[in-house]
Amino acid sequence: MIVTHYLDPDLFTAVKKKPTRDAFGLATLAMAEKDERIVVLTADVAGSVRANWFADKFPDRFYDMGISEQNMIAVAAGMSLEGLLPYVSTFGVFITGRCYDQVRVLLAYSETNVKLVATHTGVTVGEDGVTHQMLEDVAMMQTLPKMRVIVPCDTREAIKALTAIKDLPGPFYVRLGRQSAPLVTSEDAPFEFGKALMLQDGEDVTLIANGVLVYEALLAARILAEENISARVLNMHTVKPLDNESLMAAALETGAFVTAEEHQCLGGLGSAVASWSSQQNPVPLEMIGMKDEFGQSGKSDELLDYYHLRAPDIVEAAHRVLKRK
Amino acid sequence: MEKPSTQTYEDLKEIAYTLRVECVRMIHHAKSGHVGGSLGLADVFAALFFKILRHDPSNPTWEERDRFILSNGHVAPLLYASMAYSGYFPVDELMTLRHLESRLQGHPSRKNLPGIEISTGSLGQGLGVAVGMALALRQKKQSHRIYCSIGDGESQEGSIWEAALSAGFHQLDNLTVFMDRNFIQIDGNTEEIVALEPLVEKWEAFRWHVIEANGHNFESIMNAFEAAQTFKGKPSIILFKTKLGYPVSFMEGNAKWHGTPPNDEEAQKALEEIEHTYREGR
Repeated sequence: MIVTHYLDPDLFTAVKKKPTRDAFGLATLAMAEKDERIVVLTADVAGSVRANWFADKFPDRFYDMGISEQNMIAVAAGMSLEGLLPYVSTFGVFITGRCYDQVRVLLAYSETNVKLVATHTGVTVGEDGVTHQMLEDVAMMQTLPKMRVIVPCDTREAIKALTAIKDLPGPFYVRLGRQSAPLVTSEDAPFEFGKALMLQDGEDVTLIANGVLVYEALLAARILAEENISARVLNMHTVKPLDNESLMAAALETGAFVTAEEHQCLGGLGSAVASWSSQQNPVPLEMIGMKDEFGQSGKSDELLDYYHLRAPDIVEAAHRVLKRK
Repeated sequence: MEKPSTQTYEDLKEIAYTLRVECVRMIHHAKSGHVGGSLGLADVFAALFFKILRHDPSNPTWEERDRFILSNGHVAPLLYASMAYSGYFPVDELMTLRHLESRLQGHPSRKNLPGIEISTGSLGQGLGVAVGMALALRQKKQSHRIYCSIGDGESQEGSIWEAALSAGFHQLDNLTVFMDRNFIQIDGNTEEIVALEPLVEKWEAFRWHVIEANGHNFESIMNAFEAAQTFKGKPSIILFKTKLGYPVSFMEGNAKWHGTPPNDEEAQKALEEIEHTYREGR
């Protein structure tokens, strides 16, 4: 049963698309009107991360740190210690891997109030290829104590997530994307940090997805329904901390999991759910995601097909997992 | 504890003596820690904590305090001794350095000890934080200063120069940085590992005001800090020429003493030499 009021009304008829990175510009702009603490930092990619929208309106609260991401993280930590609230954005590869040690010591260990927002992540970055297709960021960020990790499924949810974390002290990592992605959720759909959003109820298997793979999971559930397989779809936007309650209910009520993400399975949502399941309530589990490999140049849609990150791939994984029940 | 008198250079000399004694005792007791830099910077820290910094140790989060960041976090023993004798916490606690559940972690931890602005120890990071604080203070139109200590070996980190570039560009004259120019890093002499010179020209090229001073002469130290405070339009860096391990003869300028703790005999000898130098001069 689809939870229709959580979904965009045109989702299955005339799907609308928008890049989730737009959320960074839109959310920071809206929040800054009312909250003087907010400053935006980027590293020579203001247009790409939509920080230029903020910069036009609040030039005195916008800092382009140039091509020096490690310094940008340190500067943001220093600003937060003085009571400012830095929202920091650049591409996923640079904001995590490039400055991992700064994030570890100055944000996580020091528990500073800095919000990291990655814009270009996953294979859907497309033509730029491997150096720009970040597929290991969730792994790096979720292993850090004190760091919280959110992977919104669309622009609407991303705006809600970026707004919600404003008043939650401490470091966050929010993963957005470059490419236009389906608007999955409705304007009214709730976003609660740490609480999965059930988009469709079901009894036979639970599809647990985040980011752009939520849309594919919903399409997969429709295909499975035609085969009389009842799939539950959980939008697991918060990877850390995982929603223990929703996972336990899904394990008890459906008894099989398929995870789906645009990230390495190792260290990503798949690993996190598998780790949870094996300790809390073991159920058969299959993973959709990158299988220990890099991407390559290509168009976003081609790459999702090539790396088997589509609804039919999720359907096949559901078939496999059901055989193991 | 009564606060030490700080009226004269003789008073500062006595404080520096006390800080050195504590550093040797702490590191000897912990059987680990960085004694060389802690001894070498003791004169500078005596002046900084007891003459220069506007701070209230009974209220470490006082909004108008000057900020101090130890980017070369391994000099933690000297920082802790300076904080304890300033009144941040009881002097007795110094002997817990590096022990299980101590607030005095091997490298400074912001969440453990009030008065530590940011956790450091991974080299090259503190300076960027200081730049962020200086930018924030400017945005908030506040007038207190940011002080940041860096090592010379630490300046082989690229992130130091990223931070230097941004501070110079933003003309952060509310920022005073000082470098412990002792020419020693773990593996030997900086100029033989990866040379840093010419440092004056490098910092000037990054749009900084550069001051050279003798890190073992209080008049030179005070003049340098005061010159930095009043200089407008650029951030200031003081290159303090120091001797690693000063004034312990067998430690001085010897890279071995960057991070090696003294054994019982060495600690005893070091304390005797520190005492002798304080009483008799050299």
